[in-house]
Amino acid sequence: MVAADLLVAQNVAFGIISLMMIVGALRVVTVNNVVHAALWLVVVLSGAAAQYLLLSAEFVAITQILVYVGAVMVLFLFGTMLTRARIGSESDLNNKNWALGIPVALLMLGVMSYVIIDGFGDERLIENPGDMEPIPVQVISDDIFGPYLLPFWALSFVLLVAVIGAIVLARKD
Amino acid sequence: MLTTQFLLLGAVLFCIGVYGVLARKNAVMVLMSIELILNSVNINLLAFSVRHGSVDGNTFALYIIAIAAAEVGVGLAMVLLIYRNRRTIALDDLSEMKG
Repeated sequence: MVAADLLVAQNVAFGIISLMMIVGALRVVTVNNVVHAALWLVVVLSGAAAQYLLLSAEFVAITQILVYVGAVMVLFLFGTMLTRARIGSESDLNNKNWALGIPVALLMLGVMSYVIIDGFGDERLIENPGDMEPIPVQVISDDIFGPYLLPFWALSFVLLVAVIGAIVLARKD
Repeated sequence: MLTTQFLLLGAVLFCIGVYGVLARKNAVMVLMSIELILNSVNINLLAFSVRHGSVDGNTFALYIIAIAAAEVGVGLAMVLLIYRNRRTIALDDLSEMKG
């Protein structure tokens, strides 16, 4: 599947980052410590941001770092601290029949890999990777405030409802 | 770069996330697995954005990031409420709705 002319810097970077992401993701779902799982999740999310940079999506990568690694991770750590009497490794983080998840995930992975490889095969993402230009933020904003204005409004409403809902739910009365 | 490599990375992360949702009992860990799933979708969207030479994938990746942030906020508020009422966030013990 990998021809000699595909061995460019992007592919090497892709390999290293995706290996890091997969190891991190496996640690997130197997580690026995909620705080460690959150820190491994930081590895995966930063790796995703690096992949977005490889895909020339700079603005999305920066947003990923700001929103996920910055805000969401702090929320997770707060959630952990507010719901835990102690911080440390625990033995009862998994379900009783957690092993059932392994065949389900493997079956899903098999089907999805078959469909992807069958559908796309050796197709190049872009003919010449050197041609990839970073996408200017102006183009993205033209897209958001042009054809996709309605989803943007809906999204604003969802965020408003989420903020109000979170306050109502977490409030002590 | 091949299209397949990005899509396969997305598929692997998605399946690891699905395993996490199925296997974990702790509600915070389930939310983390959902974050894995949403990120795999974002990788796919951006790969297709490059493939089609269009910027729409970037737009929707940003929308998904915003939705994920809202979802985590509400989810953790719910987890906090459950913890306050029951002193545990083990999802196995929540059986009021007979699910």
